[in-house]
Amino acid sequence: MTTDTMTGPPRQAQPDALPPGLKVTQWGVLRSEWLKFWSLRSSQISVVLAVIATIGLDCLFAWAAVSNYERLKARGAKLSDFFAADTALHAYFLVQLVVGVLGVLVVTGEYGTGMIRSSLAAAPKRLPVVWGKVIVFAVIVFVVTTISTFIGFLAAQPILNSDSLGVSLSYPGAVRAIIGIGFYLTVIGLIGSALGWLIRHTAGALAALFGLILIAPGLGELLPTTWQPHILPYLPSNAGGQIASIQPDPTGLALWPAVLTVCVWLVVLFAGGILVLKRRDA
Amino acid sequence: MIEARALTKRYGPKAAVDDISFTVKPGVVTGFLGPNGAGKSTTMRLILGLDAPTSGDVTVNGKHYAQHSAPLREVGALLEARAVHTGRSAYHHLMAQALTTGIPRSRVEEVIHLVGLQDVARKRAGSFSLGMGQRLGVAAALLGDPATLILDEPVNGLDPEGILWIRNLLRSLAAEGRTVFVSSHLMSEMSLTAEHLIVIGKGKLIADTSVADFINMASHKAVRVRTPEATRLRELLVGPEVSVTSVEHGLLEVSGRSSAEIGRVACDNSLPLEELTPVQASLEEAFMELTQDAVEYRTDKLAGAA
Repeated sequence: MTTDTMTGPPRQAQPDALPPGLKVTQWGVLRSEWLKFWSLRSSQISVVLAVIATIGLDCLFAWAAVSNYERLKARGAKLSDFFAADTALHAYFLVQLVVGVLGVLVVTGEYGTGMIRSSLAAAPKRLPVVWGKVIVFAVIVFVVTTISTFIGFLAAQPILNSDSLGVSLSYPGAVRAIIGIGFYLTVIGLIGSALGWLIRHTAGALAALFGLILIAPGLGELLPTTWQPHILPYLPSNAGGQIASIQPDPTGLALWPAVLTVCVWLVVLFAGGILVLKRRDA
Repeated sequence: MIEARALTKRYGPKAAVDDISFTVKPGVVTGFLGPNGAGKSTTMRLILGLDAPTSGDVTVNGKHYAQHSAPLREVGALLEARAVHTGRSAYHHLMAQALTTGIPRSRVEEVIHLVGLQDVARKRAGSFSLGMGQRLGVAAALLGDPATLILDEPVNGLDPEGILWIRNLLRSLAAEGRTVFVSSHLMSEMSLTAEHLIVIGKGKLIADTSVADFINMASHKAVRVRTPEATRLRELLVGPEVSVTSVEHGLLEVSGRSSAEIGRVACDNSLPLEELTPVQASLEEAFMELTQDAVEYRTDKLAGAA
């Protein structure tokens, strides 16, 4: 590069350099959000981490279930109810934190750096940015977590089968639970994004998310026992547990009420986030 | 063309922008001048629809910014605080902006060359110096080849070479018939770049005029007089239109009388003069004086309320 290009009269594009009739479209914003997602190292790392953690932890939980089973059997416990296949899917407990953080960062990363002003200057109607982020994030997280849960499930069964504890994919509820985990993790990530739009600060949104999925169930146990059945099943993590299990807890919500419950959480929080985005200055 | 009508933005009781009306015309560089905190950045965010006005209205090319079907084609903006994700490369940042509006990759590469970032385009924007960050902001502003450019403090952090580059760029963009609206808190920089000035202080419009007229309007023309008979001369000169200040012992600064008039008064009264010099305020002084008024006005009001 010569000094000339720096200080000389700048070259301007010929007026015909850009095709006529350009406009902002939802499809364009979607492609932009896709590029924005993959061009950050933090998203790449989160996705890789989610894959490794899902498969690795499912195997680890399978191994732990087997050794637990051995110990109980040695003590002569009655084990007809022992169902290890669900235990071997519990990686999602931890992966929900990875996905939740990613969901928060997709939004608060833009507020923290000032990028949001560029995003909203390009798409000043604002809602296309929200939908773009939602679709990109939901597709990526659902595909990645569902496939890795499938692989985790398949990898865990040989470990469980060392004690004949494994089940096959054709076992009732197995495929439903695997897809359910992908669905639940997607919803948790999107709840993270919704909190991001609402709160705008990474630390605050993360605190709210972790409070909701980790601390609220524990605090709920402190409620009077007559209240608990009316509140606890409807927390996103408890409803999610029903969706994510091959053999759900019979005292908890049934599948579709559980799906409805997490969707209501998601829709309500997102409605709040969108309201804040439309109303408040960027 | 940018048109603001009675534009007002309040944060609580404080008005950041207070009932401002102006028009920024195409074909010239219009400087937007005011001290820090005068409301320049707020006004620019209002133009882009990032903030909503409390009352009043601002349009670009006849429409609110958000109503344009391709805002990046209409208005290119460089905002003062960096509006770039630090973890993304310059190329990906520009590409992401371009995709929203369907601007082709060739244009992204073109603006990267235009601002001289081709060697670092693949590096994370967070590793950029202030000057490189400003160049990236300019590249983003030019991306849609817009008819209107809004740049908030574009020379901030640039070295002299970069400042010269910005100055030439802005002038050539205006010469192409574009509307160029540039903010700065440096009067001297604006006097070299802009032809027209919009001056604000404490959120209020102070002037909307050509650079030349602004200097005339703002310049308090004074005459410096050195005389051993300072006290007597002062008494003879002071009047309703005339103010005399004592700079130091034996040195007066007189405004409201020309040097010829002062010389005649001294001669008529047989007062010896050692120096008689017309002084013209520099641009920076002119600007400071005008914006100082806005500050003083506010202080007076507070004192009155107390």
